[in-house]
Formats: sequence, C-alpha cells, structure tokens
Amino acid sequence: MNVTGNVLTEVGAARELHVLAIDDSHVDRKVIERLLKISSCKVTVVESGTRALQYLGLDGENSSIDFDSLKVNLIMTDYSMPEMIGYELLKKIKQESSVFREIPVVVMSSENILTRIDSCLEEGAEDFLLKPVKLSDVKRLTDFMRGEGKIAEKQSPKRRQSDNCTPSLSTMFSLTSYHRNITSPELLPSLSPSASPSKKSRVSKKIELC
Amino acid sequence: MDRNQSRRQVAAMKQALFDQGLLDEQYIQLEELQDAANPNFAEEIVTLYYRDSSRLIANIDQALKERNGLDFNKMDNIMHQFKGSSSSIGAKKVKAECTVFRECCRARNAEGCMRSFQQLKKEYAALRKKLESYFQLARQIGPSERACCPK
Repeated sequence: MNVTGNVLTEVGAARELHVLAIDDSHVDRKVIERLLKISSCKVTVVESGTRALQYLGLDGENSSIDFDSLKVNLIMTDYSMPEMIGYELLKKIKQESSVFREIPVVVMSSENILTRIDSCLEEGAEDFLLKPVKLSDVKRLTDFMRGEGKIAEKQSPKRRQSDNCTPSLSTMFSLTSYHRNITSPELLPSLSPSASPSKKSRVSKKIELC
Repeated sequence: MDRNQSRRQVAAMKQALFDQGLLDEQYIQLEELQDAANPNFAEEIVTLYYRDSSRLIANIDQALKERNGLDFNKMDNIMHQFKGSSSSIGAKKVKAECTVFRECCRARNAEGCMRSFQQLKKEYAALRKKLESYFQLARQIGPSERACCPK
C-alpha cells in the first residue's frame, strides 16, 4: 500500500525523520529530545516559537532559506510558552503559503482543555498530546510518520476548516491521542462507531478504504 | 555492603518512593529511557529539575514577600511552570501541592498561598533528599544493573 505524492512519501522507513521540538521548559526539552532520539529521529530542540521561526527561516530575516536543507518532517510544540504560545506558532506555520504549512504540527500541553484542543485542531494541528508525553505517544507519532498508517486520501473531519492542510496525517491519526481522555465518536464519521477504538484498528480500517 | 545487598536496598528505596506517593509512573518512564549509552538519564533530568525548581521557588518566595499586594497571576504562572516540570519527572506529591497553590492563587487567597507554599517546599525538600540517596546508591551499583534493554 503506497502513498501518493505528498510531503510524507519521502518519509520511508529508512529515511531519518527530522523533528523540530519547541518547549520553554528545559526539563521538557531534554525529555522530548530523548524520546525522539530513542525513536530514531534527528532532533532539533528550541526554547521558543520565535527561535523555531528563525530556524525555519520564517521570521522574515532569511526568506530565501532552502527548505530541502532543513527537511523538518514534524514539529512538536508546547502550548504554554511565554511570548508566543504554541497556538500562535501553529497559526504562523499554517499561514505560510509554502511547503512549511505542509509540515505536521503537534501541540503538547499539560492542560486538558477541550476548547484549547479544538482550536489547535481547527488551526491545522495534526495532533494534541497531553503532557507528560510518553514514549508510546512519540513512537506512535513516528511510526505513523514513517508509513505504518500513511493514508493519502483526503478526508475532512468536522472540525477541519481548510482542505489544503496535509490530509493524510491529519484526520484519524490526529484524533488518536487526544482521544485518550476525550472520546467523541462523532469525530470519526467513517470509522468504527465504538468510543475508543485502538489506533491499530483505526489504521487498518482506513487502509481497507484506500 | 556487598552488591546484592546494595541492589536490594536500591530496589527497596525506589519502591518506598512509589509507596509513599512521592513518585508516579512518569519517573519510571524516565528510567526506561536509559540505556548503555545513557545510563544516568533519569538522574540527569532530575538534576536539571532541581536547578529549574530552585529558581522558580526563589521567584515565588520573592513574590510572596511583595508588600504592595500579591501578584496572584504572576505566581500562578510561575507555579504552572513548576507544576509542569514536576509532572515531567513524576514528582507526584510536589505536583499535587502545586495544584493547591494555584487554586489559592485563583481564589486570591494569600494565606492559603503561603501555607501551601510552605508545604510545597517541605515536599520538595523531602523528595530531593530521598532521590539524592537513591541515586547515590544506584550509582554505586553501576549502570549495567539499572539500564533497560539497550535500544
């Protein structure tokens, strides 16, 4: 089962996933870095949204940055940060009219606030992880990015506003982990109606639909 | 003390930390991230936590001494950070006390904040002391005893 052309096709099992992680907490930066390294990712960790935008070349200072040389495949950002919260960073990235808006952005937060989760997903976040982030969360994310659950078809869940967001990672995967605590069957219209289906069953079901 | 005895004591110390509610499963998560190349990861993270916490505790201490009225929002923000990193290392009791403190902030309860903060400092000190003993003994045993299966 192969994925049709989009940013994710290049992320094969052999290829290294480069993850950009953002967190103002030094402890959390170290932990996420370790979690990602153990999951065989290349990791760049920065302490703020501003730094992240600088790194990506989106801060207006260096607009001729070569995305290919950066090759960030995934962005994981903390929500609550001084100066620029994760949601703002997410917005800025998704507002880019370039390859940058294609990069999946995952938001992490210690607070399980539905409206917060909602607004992040609506703004195009691929997933919302509750802190403290566990190895199983990261492994699931990276396994998925590497192709165990890659689906190319577009699907718009109720909450998604723009069709131009990366379709494959977004929908059912994005609902996996935030479903850990909040089960809303209506967000999975075409899949199993059970309240909390395992990720595996959702993935395999989706594969059948391809 | 021979190795077996040390090993047993380390295990007992660790168990006590969990039984007494000082640590939760997030700490186990940290130890599971250890391997031959990173045998002391949990301790490194905890050390980082001490550093961050000292700063945050000092900031709250300072804030609570404000003569012109307490800045509850500021203290709540600081405590949010403290709670976050406490949660990341599995410091269960400390984290719970952070929540109490934040509730006092939201209720604009100065007395409550001060009481809670005293308690928090106590819990923090107790945890720190026990962890320091634990790590000290664990180091004596050596990494091969503590590391998980190499990744």
